[in-house]
Amino acid sequence: MARATAMRAETGLWRRLDAASRRCFPAGMLVFGLFVIGLPLSLPGLAEVRPVYAIACVFFWTLYRPSALPAVVVALTGLLLDLVGLSPIGLWAVLLLVLQGSVLALRRRLVPQNFVLTWAMFTGLAALFVLAAWAVESALTLNVLPVAPVVAEIILAGAIYPALAGVFIRAHRGPAAVELA
Amino acid sequence: MLVFSLAVMLIGRADQNFSGHLRAGVDDVLAPAYQMVAAPFDAAANGTGAVANLFNMQAQNAQLRAENASLLQWQAVAMALQAQNTALKASLNYVPQPLPEFYTADVVADLGGVYARSVLVALPAADTNPSAMVGAVAMDGRGVAGRVVEAGSRSARVLLITDMNSRIPVGLGANGAPALMAGTNGANPALQYWAPGQPPVEGAMVLTSSAGGAFPAGLPVGVVHYDAPGEPVVLPLADLSALRLLRLFSYPNNMPVLTPVAHEPAAKVAPFAHEIAKTAVKPRKN
Repeated sequence: MARATAMRAETGLWRRLDAASRRCFPAGMLVFGLFVIGLPLSLPGLAEVRPVYAIACVFFWTLYRPSALPAVVVALTGLLLDLVGLSPIGLWAVLLLVLQGSVLALRRRLVPQNFVLTWAMFTGLAALFVLAAWAVESALTLNVLPVAPVVAEIILAGAIYPALAGVFIRAHRGPAAVELA
Repeated sequence: MLVFSLAVMLIGRADQNFSGHLRAGVDDVLAPAYQMVAAPFDAAANGTGAVANLFNMQAQNAQLRAENASLLQWQAVAMALQAQNTALKASLNYVPQPLPEFYTADVVADLGGVYARSVLVALPAADTNPSAMVGAVAMDGRGVAGRVVEAGSRSARVLLITDMNSRIPVGLGANGAPALMAGTNGANPALQYWAPGQPPVEGAMVLTSSAGGAFPAGLPVGVVHYDAPGEPVVLPLADLSALRLLRLFSYPNNMPVLTPVAHEPAAKVAPFAHEIAKTAVKPRKN
């Protein structure tokens, strides 16, 4: 009897640990991804990948598992992005939160759609937010910043979303699935 | 959260030091983490290098012997020239430039933004006042790579010469014709404000100039090149796309002309190099 209770308590602890790790997985993946992008790999365009990766993470998880990335995590990630990437502090925190809000608002219509439409929607939203970042940064520095990186970011966003979505979907069904704990 | 983020943005706008301090804090945490991650990569790279080197060691040895012989001849030439140089300096009452302190630092992360070109270097545990490092000139083996804009106790951020906010007074060619090298966010910084009627010559050497006091004179930067007629650019000598090691030269306080960024720790510190151009002509205090 006593052993049975002890065992249940133990499985309870392990299960809770499992659930907690699953709950932290998306946020951890987001921050770890940003960290990896900073490694001095001498590849061109890594600076452009960073905001696109953050946008993709926030978009995907908000769409398919809104509890995975709470607003606090999104805001802190935005701050990290600003501190690391030398953009005006708070800019990406605001932008990512607005992105999360707009994806939440569109969620009911977007979830049942097929992949191609979601992809197109993501590219559109990424373009919108990258352009917004460009506009705000231009306004704050009082000169027109070059547009080439913006175009590069939009093309990148369209190009890497299928690959990222493949990874995210596997995570969504496996290591991030809290209900499987 | 949105209100919080907007508030942070406002605070960041109102107080320029706020984001600087925060960034230095984050960099201090990130630098050791990046160093830890980079260690196995370095080991792998060096390991394979050693194995590959075993095979062509014979050839390298022969080449090194030949090189050594010719270098010994040059050594004699250098010693003769040094003796002559010393004699000439003695007759000129030459005052030597103060020697800079320097630190060799690993580039641990490539933390540029979309509109910013910067790298993070790890510093040995703080033996100096971090703010003393701000303004230090960063060079790789070949030329000037950038300037330290923020320093924490374990890390420093180097703004590269290709950054849009970078403005560096340079001298062109043998007679050091003055011009300004401005980063463009692209690979090659542009040249601006050369003397009227004296356009930069293709292939001329670009050295730093001490105008404004931000840099010591005569550090190698690059070579003039024309991409399009009338638009000279500088091909940097430093390998900016693959920086591994940087030497950070922090020049002593008794430089002839002082830079407002590096040598006024208590004063408002301009966070970016573009301030240099604006404030550089400010006369020295006291």
